[in-house]
Amino acid sequence: MDLFNAIIQILDSTIRLSVPLLLACLAGLYSERAGVFDIGLEGKMLVGAFAGAAAASVFHSALIGLGMAILISVAFAMIHGFASITHRGNQIVSGVAINFIAAGSTIMLGQAWFQQGGRTPALAPGERFEAITWPGADALREVPILGPIYAELISGHSILVYIAFLMVPFTWWVLFRTRFGLRLRAVGENPAAVDTAGISVAWLRYRALICTGVLTGIAGAYLSMVQNGGFVKDMTAGKGYIALAALIFAKWKPVNAMFACLLFGFLDALSIRLQGTPLPVIGKVPVQFMQALPYVLTVILLAGFIGKAIPPRAGGVPYVKER
Amino acid sequence: MAQAAIELIGINKSFGAVRANRDINLEIARGTIHGIVGENGAGKSTLMSILYGFYQADSGEIRVGGKPASIKTPNDAIALGIGMVHQHFMLVDNFSVLENVILGAESDALLKKSIAKARSELERLEREYGLEVDPDAIIEELPVGLQQRVEILKALYRGAEILILDEPTGVLTPAEADHLFRILKQLKEQGKTIVLITHKLREIMAITDTVSVMRQGTMVATRETRKTTVEELAELMVGRRVLLRVEKGEAEAGGVKLAVKNLTVKDQRGVTMVDDISFDLRAGEIVGIAGVAGNGQSELLEAISGIRHAVSGSVMLEGKPIDLTGAADPGELRDRGLAHVPEDRHHVGLVLAFEENENSILGYHDDERYLKGPFLDIDAIRNDARDKITKYDIRPADCRLKTANFSGGNQQKIVLAREMEQHPGVLIVGQPTRGVDVGAIEFIHKRLIAMRDQGKAVLVVSVELDEIRSLSDRILVMFAGRIVGERGPEASEGELGLLMAGVEQREAAE
Amino acid sequence: MSTPYAKLPAWADYGLIPLINLAVAFIVAGFVVMLVGENPFRAAVILVEGAFGKGTGIAFTLFYATTFIFSGLSVAVAAHCGLFNIGGEGQGYIAGLGIGIVSLAFDSVLPWWLTFPIAIIAAAAMGALWALIPAYLQAKRGSHIVITTIMFNFIAASVMVYALVGFLKPPSSMAPQTRTFLDGAQLPKLNWVIELFGAKIRSAPLNISFLLALVMAFLVWLLIWRTRLGYEMRTYGHSPKAARYAGISETRIIIIAMMISGALAGMMALNPTMGDQHNVALDFVSGAGFVGIAVALMGRLHPVGIVLAAILFGMLYQGGAELAFEMPAISRDMIVIIQGLVILFAGALEHMFRPYVQALFASISPRTVGMEAAKGKGA
Repeated sequence: MDLFNAIIQILDSTIRLSVPLLLACLAGLYSERAGVFDIGLEGKMLVGAFAGAAAASVFHSALIGLGMAILISVAFAMIHGFASITHRGNQIVSGVAINFIAAGSTIMLGQAWFQQGGRTPALAPGERFEAITWPGADALREVPILGPIYAELISGHSILVYIAFLMVPFTWWVLFRTRFGLRLRAVGENPAAVDTAGISVAWLRYRALICTGVLTGIAGAYLSMVQNGGFVKDMTAGKGYIALAALIFAKWKPVNAMFACLLFGFLDALSIRLQGTPLPVIGKVPVQFMQALPYVLTVILLAGFIGKAIPPRAGGVPYVKER
Repeated sequence: MAQAAIELIGINKSFGAVRANRDINLEIARGTIHGIVGENGAGKSTLMSILYGFYQADSGEIRVGGKPASIKTPNDAIALGIGMVHQHFMLVDNFSVLENVILGAESDALLKKSIAKARSELERLEREYGLEVDPDAIIEELPVGLQQRVEILKALYRGAEILILDEPTGVLTPAEADHLFRILKQLKEQGKTIVLITHKLREIMAITDTVSVMRQGTMVATRETRKTTVEELAELMVGRRVLLRVEKGEAEAGGVKLAVKNLTVKDQRGVTMVDDISFDLRAGEIVGIAGVAGNGQSELLEAISGIRHAVSGSVMLEGKPIDLTGAADPGELRDRGLAHVPEDRHHVGLVLAFEENENSILGYHDDERYLKGPFLDIDAIRNDARDKITKYDIRPADCRLKTANFSGGNQQKIVLAREMEQHPGVLIVGQPTRGVDVGAIEFIHKRLIAMRDQGKAVLVVSVELDEIRSLSDRILVMFAGRIVGERGPEASEGELGLLMAGVEQREAAE
Repeated sequence: MSTPYAKLPAWADYGLIPLINLAVAFIVAGFVVMLVGENPFRAAVILVEGAFGKGTGIAFTLFYATTFIFSGLSVAVAAHCGLFNIGGEGQGYIAGLGIGIVSLAFDSVLPWWLTFPIAIIAAAAMGALWALIPAYLQAKRGSHIVITTIMFNFIAASVMVYALVGFLKPPSSMAPQTRTFLDGAQLPKLNWVIELFGAKIRSAPLNISFLLALVMAFLVWLLIWRTRLGYEMRTYGHSPKAARYAGISETRIIIIAMMISGALAGMMALNPTMGDQHNVALDFVSGAGFVGIAVALMGRLHPVGIVLAAILFGMLYQGGAELAFEMPAISRDMIVIIQGLVILFAGALEHMFRPYVQALFASISPRTVGMEAAKGKGA
C-alpha cells in the first residue's frame, strides 16, 4: 500500500508539474503551427506570472489577476509579432529579446512596486485559485484503489489545471475542425497558398500569436497564483524551453503535446521524489540525470534517431511576397 | 464575336527599373481558349498576376464582363469569377484535397459544412468535367498532374468563370498534358473562358482559339489561331532583333575536351530534367545550347560542374571521368581545368556582400598564389584583382568596393575575369549576358571568342537565341531535357525557334 | 534571408544605425525608469559616473567587459558562418569543468603562468566539444542548431550541478563549489595599469584574462578577414549556394565554425573563476553567454565593435550596481531590460529605421542611395 500511495503521490505531482508545461506547449503550438518560431515562450510566461500575481494582490481578485496575466502576455506576443511579422525581423532574435525584457522588467517592477526583493506579496486566499474538491471526494477517499485515484488525482486541483487539460481537445478541435485552424495550419506550411486564397498572412499570424499570448498568460498565472502563492523572480526557470522541447517531441500535435508534457512532468516529479533514494536494479540515479532527460530526449529526437520531427515548413521564415 | 470576358486597357507595371508590362491592351472573348505566348521574361506572368490581384498595375484599366473592375487582392478577382492555376502550385502539401479546396472559401467558421459541401461539389465537378481525384488524398502523395487538377478544382469551387493557367504543362508528362487539354476543352464547352500562358507553340496550335504574343513587356500581336502558323508565331515571339554579330574566323576544332555520355539528372522533386544527353565538346570550338528556360539546361550545367548529382551517365574531362555521385568537388574540377560561369551570379557566382577582390578569388581561394600559409595574401589578391579590373575594364575600378554596388554587366565581368584568367582548358558559361548592358555584351562575346581562338573548349548555355547564333560554332537545341537537334550557326531563327518550341521536324535539315 | 542592399556610407551603416538603435533602446528603458518613479536623466548620470567616475569603477567595468568580449566573439564567429549559436551559456558553463579540474590538479605544483595556458586549452576544448555535437547534428542530420544549443545549455547545467555536488567539491564541504584555488591558479590583477593613470583602486577583480580577451578579439579579426578559413566561413554565411559552387564543404565549415565559437565561449569562464572568485561555483556564468548575443549584434559582428559593445555592457553592469545603490527603486535587473531592448532594436528590428535613414541621405545627396535601393525591390 505504501508503494501505491507513493505512486499516487508521484502521479499527482506529475499533473501539477506538467500543467504549466502543457499550457506553454499548446501556446507554442499555435504560433509555430502558424509559422512563427517561438523561443519567447519563457518570457511571455514570466510576464504573465508577474502580472497575474501583482494584479491579484493589488485588486484582491484572482480573476482580475488572471485577466491581467493574459493581457500582458498577449502584449508581449504582439511585440514579437511586430518585430517578426510586420518588420520581418529574425523570429529567434526577437524571441530572445522578449525573454530578456521579461526577465529584467518583472524583477525591476516587482522590486519598485512591492519592495520584497522582486517578489510580489504573498497572495491571500481569495486572491489565488483554490483547489476544487469534487463531490464525494472525501467520502470516497477510503475506497481502495479507486478512492485515492478519484480524490487525489482527479479531484483537488485548481480550475486552471482543468482548463489546461481541456485545452488539449479544444486546441485539437480548433486546429482541425474550424476555419481558423485550417488557415492557421496552412499559413505555417505554405503562406503563399494562403495569400493567393485572398487571406491576409500577417493578420492570421497575429491572431495565432494572440492565442499564444492567452495561453502563456494562463500558464504564468498558474505558476504564480496556483503552484506558488505569489511571484518569485525567474520563477519560470526554463519551463518555456522545456515546453518548446515538448512541442518538438510532440511533433506539433496537441494530443501528443499532452503526453510529452506529462512525460516531462513525470520525470520532474520522479527526480524530486527520488532525491537520494536508490532504485532497485539501477541503483542510485543522479537527480541531474533525470532533470536533463527531457533535453537529451529532445536532442535525440531532433537528430532523427527516434522518428523524425518535421516542423511546419514555413516556420522561421518571414513571409515575403515572391515575384 | 462573343462579348469580351476580360478587357485590359493600357496596363503598365514596373519593378524598380524593370518595365515588366508596357501599355498592354488585350481583349479576351467569353467562352474561348485564349493563348498568351512569349519568351521567359516577356511579362506574361506579371500581366496575369495583375489580373488576379496579386500585383497592382501602375496604370491602366481592367474590365470584366464589360464593367470596369478594381482588382486589389486575389479576393476581388475571385469575387469577379477569376481563378488562377499558378505555375508553382499554391497548395498546402500536407493537407488533403478537400482541405486545400476549401481553404479561403469556407462557408462558415466550422469546417464540417464546408467539407460536406466541397465533397458533393467535387463529385459534381468530377461528373461534369471528368476531373477525377480522391478528395481525401494528401497532396504530397499525389502525382504532379493530379496536384494540378486540384488547383483547377480549387478555382472551379470558387465559381471561376475565367480560368488562367500559367505554364500548366511545364511539369507534366506529354500524356498528362493531353489529359489536361481535354479537360480545358470540356470547360470551354461549358462556357468557361480560359487563358493559357505558355511558351510552347505546339500547345497553342493544339487547343487555343486566339493567341496573343508578348515580347519584352509589350503585346506585339493577337491572331486567330487557325489563321496563323507556328512559323509566324515563332518569329513574333523572338522578334527581329538587331543582331550583334561578332567578327570571328572559322573554328579549328581539335581533340575532345569534354565528353558527355547518356547523362540523366533529376531535380529535388525527382522529376527528370536532363534525359539521356550525349555530346562532345572539342578544343577550339564554342558549342551553344539553345532552348527555352527550364528545359534542363541549368541542371546540365550544374551536373557537369560538380554542383548537382547525376542519376546516370558519364562525363569525361580531358579523358578522365568526373565523379557524378555527388562526391565530386567543384574545387577539384577547377584544379583539373574546368571553369564555370554560373547562370545565377547573384547567389552562386558571387557573394554580393563581399568586396570585389574577395569575389575575384571565389573558388580559387585555396590556390597558393593567394595564400601565405593559412592566411590570405591580401596584397597578392588585391593586385590580382586590380589587374583583372584593368584587363576586363571593370567599372568602377575599385577592388575594395562591395560587389553589390557594381552594375549587372560589371558583376558579370568580375565572374568572367575570375574564371577566364585561370586559363582553363574547358569553360562552361550559363547565360553569359543575362541582365548585362549592350556595351558589355559585345565585350563578353569577344572574350569568349578569344578563348576559343586560344584553343579552349567553350560551352555556352543561353536562352537568347541571338547570342547562341552569333557565338556558336555548333548549336544544340534542348527541349524537355533532351537534345532535339544539332545545327550549324547558319541555321535560321525560325528553324531553331521551332526546335526550341518542341515542334517535330521532319524536313531535310539532316 | 535576403536583406536589401542599401548603399549607405560605411560610417552610417556601422556607426549611425547602431547608435540610433541603441538610443531607442535607452529611450524605452528611460520610460521604464519613469514607470518606477525615478528620473531617467539622473539615472543615466549615476550610471555613467558609477562606471567611469572612479578608478575602481573603470576596473569593474573592464572586468565585466572581459567576459562579454569572449561571449560576443563567440556569437560573432558563428554568425559569420550563418549560424546562430545560442549555446554560449552552456559552452562557457561546461568549460568551468575543465578549468576546475586543471586548477585543482596544478594549483599547488605549478605557477599561475603555467596553469593559465593549460586552463585556457582545457576551457577552449570543453567549450568546443560542447558545440561540436549540435554542430554535427546540424551538418549531418539537419537538426536546428538553435534548438539543440538551447538543449545543451540545460544539459550543461545538469552536468555541472552533478560535478559540483559530486567530485569537484571537497568532501567535507556542503557548498556546491570547488575549494578556493591556491596561488598557482589565481590570475594576476591588472589594476596597476589603471593606477598608472593616477586613479586609485580599492579592490577590483580586473585581471590578465582581459588581455587574453583583447588578443582573442585580434585573432578573431585575423581569422575572419585574413585567413582562408575565415573566407570560407563568410562565403558560407552569406550564401550556402556560392559556397557549394566554390567547393567548400558544408559539413566541415559548420563544424569548424561552431567549434571555434564554442572554444571562445569556453574561454569566457576563465575570467570569473580563475580571475575573480578563485573557485568554480554553481551558476558562475550567470547569463554572460546570452549577453554575448546583444554584444555581437550591437558590435555588428566586428571585433572592434564587439570590444566597444562589451565595454558598454560592462559599464551597464558596473554602473547598474551603483544605480541600484543610489536609487533603491531600480535594481540591477535594469541592465537585463536594456540588454533585451538592444537585442530587439539592434537585432530583430535592425531594419526598422534604415529606410528613414536612407530617405534622409537620399534627400541630402541622391547619389549615395537611390539606385540600389530600388533594385533590391525588383529582380
